[in-house]
Amino acid sequence: MNKAGERLYNGLVKENPTFVLMLGMCPTLAVTTSAMNGLGMGLTTMVVLALSNLIISLLRNMIPNRVRIPAFIVIIASFVTAVQLLLEAYIPSLNKSLGVYIPLIVVNCIILGRAESYAYSNPPVPSLFDGIGMGLGFTFALTCIGAVRELIGAGELFGFALMPDSFEPVRIFGQAPGAFFVLAALVALQNYIKNVRKKKGKSYEKIGSGCTEDCVNCGDVSCKKRFYDADAVDKGGQAIKSPSEKKSGKGGQATESSPEKKSGKVNQEQESAAEERGEKSAADNMQEQDRKGSMKNESPREAGHVAEKTQATEKEER
Amino acid sequence: MRNLYSRAVKFAAMTMTDIARESGHRAGFCDCEYKILGEYIMSELFKVSSNPHIRSRATTNGLMLAVIIALMPAAGFGIYNFGPRAIAVILVTIISTVLTEFLFGLYKCGKNRPQEKETRSGEKSVSGMEQVSLVKTIFEKTTITDLSAVVTGLLLALNLPVTMPLWMAALGGVFAILVVKMLFGGLGQNFMNPALAARCFLLLSFPTAMTAFDCDIYTGATPLAALKAGEQVDTLNMFIGRTAGTIGETSVIALLIGACFLILMGVIDFRIPGSYIGTFILFVIIFGGHGFDPVYLAAQISGGGLMLGAFFMATDYVTRPITIKGQYVFGIFLGLMTGIFRIFGPGAEGVSYAIILGNLLVPLIEKFTKPTAFGYRKGGKHGEK
Repeated sequence: MNKAGERLYNGLVKENPTFVLMLGMCPTLAVTTSAMNGLGMGLTTMVVLALSNLIISLLRNMIPNRVRIPAFIVIIASFVTAVQLLLEAYIPSLNKSLGVYIPLIVVNCIILGRAESYAYSNPPVPSLFDGIGMGLGFTFALTCIGAVRELIGAGELFGFALMPDSFEPVRIFGQAPGAFFVLAALVALQNYIKNVRKKKGKSYEKIGSGCTEDCVNCGDVSCKKRFYDADAVDKGGQAIKSPSEKKSGKGGQATESSPEKKSGKVNQEQESAAEERGEKSAADNMQEQDRKGSMKNESPREAGHVAEKTQATEKEER
Repeated sequence: MRNLYSRAVKFAAMTMTDIARESGHRAGFCDCEYKILGEYIMSELFKVSSNPHIRSRATTNGLMLAVIIALMPAAGFGIYNFGPRAIAVILVTIISTVLTEFLFGLYKCGKNRPQEKETRSGEKSVSGMEQVSLVKTIFEKTTITDLSAVVTGLLLALNLPVTMPLWMAALGGVFAILVVKMLFGGLGQNFMNPALAARCFLLLSFPTAMTAFDCDIYTGATPLAALKAGEQVDTLNMFIGRTAGTIGETSVIALLIGACFLILMGVIDFRIPGSYIGTFILFVIIFGGHGFDPVYLAAQISGGGLMLGAFFMATDYVTRPITIKGQYVFGIFLGLMTGIFRIFGPGAEGVSYAIILGNLLVPLIEKFTKPTAFGYRKGGKHGEK
């Protein structure tokens, strides 16, 4: 049960889908013209999210890895259809105001994201609570955005007029630009609150789904989500190392590593080619400076590219 | 620069005397010594700094001052035309923009300030000297002294109707500086013209207040709206400026005086305004439905914010393309968009939307009109020799 509480807290605060993960922006920006719309959209999504998480988690050993996305979509789509029919029957006004965004829940990236990153590799009960937590976080965010927009853009809150009569509503908040303003302001606000509380010693490190999302430095070889093979990882590692070498300023001098050797070679080739063409530069030390500069600046990949090019041009000349 | 040069000469001369003493010469330089002297001076000069070495004397401050002076005729005519309330609108907008910039700078300054030293008793001590330096740093850190906030405020005010509630004008000023300019990094980083963005913000937020051009002197629609409705308009009055409209846009003469001043001062050139207005005229001739009708054309050109936009907003250094070819493209795009908005759009006016739309396209225009660097193949990929 502790796990369930942790999932709820994770979805609401640490990994809030709207404010932290920045997922599901389409409904967030489109339907939050009022607090009621935001609340309705959030709760609808939460129901679909929790149920689909539960079912996908139950079926996770039966769904083949290769067709998992179509399988997820089928499960999610059936729940969305059921929820839409229920809404049409019992809350037709909400159904009307949300319009096309209810069928669009099928392709909501929060739902697919949670299915992919959590429910597919975790047992049913935590998955259910993960869905509820994420859904509550989404609902909270949408309601907040909707409330602010409704209050400033129309002077109302949940349909009740709050502002005095002299208040002139700022209409832009009810339109699309207002959604961006309010979203940005609320994200900034929650980052500010988190920063203040971090200074007091509270931890907001991402719990994640047991995954740090840093595949390069991850030791888990059997990980299903690993999206490239071991060779690619090595290349990635090198690519990450090279800028740090550049920063330390050793890039020019260190000739041990292969990319540097390559670039040196390249420049020699370039120079020889230039000399052949009779384009001798004015002073030798200038050339030296050039070489140093290019060795510092060129990343290994570019150097290789240039090497190929120079070889090609030499062939042409022959 | 001059200081460095004199230092280099002094250094070279000192070394020269050393050399002269060593080689036994007492007076007079021979050729080789001049050569050595020259080399010393050059070697010192080469170490001056990284490029650019040739610098313009123009400063942000001076440019902004020139724009303010150039806007004075239009503002003055607006005040003369619409009465003292125009002064109130202009003042409120300028105060709100400058104050917003000042407060934002103060906030950033307070955030970046190193923590105050605490004395042993735990009291924070700020001596007189420190206070003076604090005030100094505040004024250095806040960017109000470059006058750009004043220009933004003035331009915004000239784009507002005289009946605008003052708090709305102030809100527009806050929006222009805070949201459009400072949150994106201040002057030089704003992605669209702050004054125009604020105008559009106000237009979307308070449509009735922003299009209420009825005042004590003028009633009824603006000439442009009348033109759109198919009525006859008095072109001479439109040219002089005795019509309804926003504070600064009505008088073509006043705006042209300011524009001439800016062009003579070298602050702006004809590229953007010329291509903008030219394209717009062509568009109106082709699609306007009146053919080449000089009266209709003159009314379209002198009506609305076209002159104000073309000479003072589209030429904004921050939000126009820096490439010359790009500036022509930018002007042509603005002319097309203004024509489309005015003739096919639901409203009578489209200058402000056209310009902020063009501002958003500036990075793209610059990308496609980047001139080939010296030594690079034309049309080659970036970095390809």
